[in-house]
Amino acid sequence: MKNSPMAEQKVTATTTGGLAGVVDWVDARFPLTSNIKNHLTEYYAPKNFNFWYFFGSLALLVLVMQIVTGIFLTMHYKPDAQQAFASVEYIMRDVFGGNIIRYMHSTGASMFFVVVYMHMFRGLIYGSYRTPRELIWLFGVGIFLVLMGEAFFGYLLPWGQMSYWGAQVIVNLFSTVPFIGPDLSEWLRGDYLVSDATLNRFFAFHVIALPLVLLGLVAVHLIALHEVGSNNPDGVEIKAHKDKKTGIPLDGIPFHPYYSVKDLVGVVVFLMVFAAIVFFAPEMGGYFLEANNFVPADPLKTPAHIAPVWYFTPYYSILRAVPPIGISQFPGVVAMGLSVVVFAFLPWLDRGAVKSIRYRGALYKRWLAAFVVSFLILGYLGTVPADVWGQFGAWMGKADRATVVARICMTVYFLFFALMPWYTKRDKTKPVPERVTH
Amino acid sequence: MSDTKHDANGLSFQPPSEVDVEKRKFLIQATAATGAVGVAAVAVPFVGSMLPSERAKAAGAPVEVDISKIEAGSMMTAEWRGQPVWIIHRTEEMLAKLDAHKNQLSDPDLNVPQQPEYCKNKGRAINEKYAVMLGTCTHLGCSPNANFAETADWDGGFVCPCHGSKFDLSGRVFKGSPAPTNLVVPPHQYLTDTTLLIGVDKKAEA
Repeated sequence: MKNSPMAEQKVTATTTGGLAGVVDWVDARFPLTSNIKNHLTEYYAPKNFNFWYFFGSLALLVLVMQIVTGIFLTMHYKPDAQQAFASVEYIMRDVFGGNIIRYMHSTGASMFFVVVYMHMFRGLIYGSYRTPRELIWLFGVGIFLVLMGEAFFGYLLPWGQMSYWGAQVIVNLFSTVPFIGPDLSEWLRGDYLVSDATLNRFFAFHVIALPLVLLGLVAVHLIALHEVGSNNPDGVEIKAHKDKKTGIPLDGIPFHPYYSVKDLVGVVVFLMVFAAIVFFAPEMGGYFLEANNFVPADPLKTPAHIAPVWYFTPYYSILRAVPPIGISQFPGVVAMGLSVVVFAFLPWLDRGAVKSIRYRGALYKRWLAAFVVSFLILGYLGTVPADVWGQFGAWMGKADRATVVARICMTVYFLFFALMPWYTKRDKTKPVPERVTH
Repeated sequence: MSDTKHDANGLSFQPPSEVDVEKRKFLIQATAATGAVGVAAVAVPFVGSMLPSERAKAAGAPVEVDISKIEAGSMMTAEWRGQPVWIIHRTEEMLAKLDAHKNQLSDPDLNVPQQPEYCKNKGRAINEKYAVMLGTCTHLGCSPNANFAETADWDGGFVCPCHGSKFDLSGRVFKGSPAPTNLVVPPHQYLTDTTLLIGVDKKAEA
C-alpha cells in the first residue's frame, strides 16, 4: 500500500469477518480488488461490441483447454521414436478418457486457428492495429507466430507418417538458406534425418518452451490492451468523450458483468460446436487429423500426397507457387515467411483516414475482398496436389492450372499489403461519427 | 447505478429499484449450477485418466508360478503387479525355529490383517512348506534382503537395507524395527501341488 494510514485502516477492517474480511486482509497485502477493478469490473469497454468480439476471450479459453489437455497427455505420452506412436495409441485405447483428452487437444489445435483467424480478421476490418494499438497488434502477431510453431512441433509428436514427412519438409526449408542452410537444418534436427533426437527436442519446445513464451505474450497483449482500451466496430476512441464527473467514457460499459455475461453465451455456443467435433468428427474428414498419420512414421517411404494441416495451407500454397531461381528454392521459402510476417507491418502500411471498414471507401473494401478470396483459394489449393485442375494447353507452356491460379492469388495477397499505403490514402472515406453507433 | 452517463446513445440502465433481484438471483444460480454440472462432466475423463490404465490392469492380473524348482532352504522372487513376491521353500528346521523367537516379534498372533484369513496360522501359509509374501517393507516400501545364515541370535530372515527392519521367515516383523506390521501375504492359491496362482484366492472365485 502506498501510505501507511490506509494500510492500517485495511488491517483493522479484517475484524468485519466473513469473505469481506478475507478480501480486506488480502488487499492490505496484495492488489486484489484493484486488479479486479482495473481489468474486469471497472475496465470500460465500448458498448457496441458485435459478433467479432467473441474471439478474443474464446482464444483464451482454447489456450487454457490446450494447456490442461496437454498436461494430461504428457502423463502418458513417450517422446521416444520407438515408443511415441504406440504411446498415442495407448492413450487412445487403454487410458480411461484418453481418447476424449487426445481429441480435445487435436480439435483444440484446429479450433485455436479458427478462433485466431477470426480474431485477426476482426482487427483487420475495424483497424484495431492502428494508433495507439500498434503494440497490441505486434504482440498478437508474435502470438500467431508462436502458435504456428506450437502447432508444427506438436504435429510431430504422434510420430505418424504425416508427422514425420511434414517435419522433414519443413526442416528442409531451412536447408535452402544460402551458405548456412544444410548445416542449419542438420542442427535443427540433431541428426541427418528427422529422428529420435528431433522428436525429443520438438517435445521440449512443444510442452515447455513455446507455451511459456505464449503465456508471456498473451499477458503483455492483454496488459497493452487494458492500457489503451479496446477498439470497436466504429473505430472511434471512446475515451474522447468522458463523463465530466466520473471520468468514465460515456460509451463504455464495465467488462464485468456486461461482457463477461455476453462472452459466456459465446463460450456456450463455441463449446457446443467443439463438443460436436470431438464426439462426432474428431478427424474432420482428414482436415484436423490426416489419415496418413494413423500409420507409424517410416523414414523409407513417403506417402503419395503430403499436405500440411488446413491452417498452414495458404502459406504452403505460396511456398509451392514461387518458382525456383536456378536450383535454389529459397525464394519460395522467403515468400512464405514474408506472407506470415507481413501482418506485423499493417499499422504502418495503413494510411487511411478512418479505422473501421464501416467508413472506408469502395477501394479498400475491394482490396480486402480480393485479399480474403485469395487467402481462401490459397488455403484450398494447399490441401490438394498441384495438378488438381489439370494443365493449360501448349499456349501456356502446359503449366498446372492450379499453380497459375495460386500465383495470381499470391500476387493479390502481397499487393493487398504492398499497395495499402496508396489505396488507403486515396480511398473516399465516409465521415466518422463522434460517438459509437450500433 | 445512475443512467445519466449512458443515455446519450439510448443505452440506458434500469435504476436498481426496477431490477427483479429474485429473478437475477435465480438466473445466476441456474447458470452456475449448469456450469458446475458441465465442469464435473468434463472432469470425469481427466480424473479418470490418472487411474490405472487397461494396460496396467492387465499387468496386474494374477500370475502363475512354478515352484517345483525351489530347493529346500532357498527362495525365488516372482513379479505380481510389478512388485516382488517371495516364495520361500522352508526346511523342517526353519519351521521348527519359527516358534523359538516368538517373544521377540511385534505381532506374533497376526492380529493385524496382513494376510488372508486362510493364512492366519503359524507358518502364515496354505502349505506350511512354502511361505508366500510381498517382498516390500511395510515401513517405507524398500525390498528387504534375504539373510538365511543362522547365528546365535538370528534364526534366518530378512533385513531391510533402508532402515534396518527385521523380519523372520514368515515375514513377521521383529520388535524394535521401524516397520509397524508384518509383511503382506498376497491372496494366492495352489492350482496343483507345485503351481501357485498369485493375486487371487479360492474364495473369490467360489
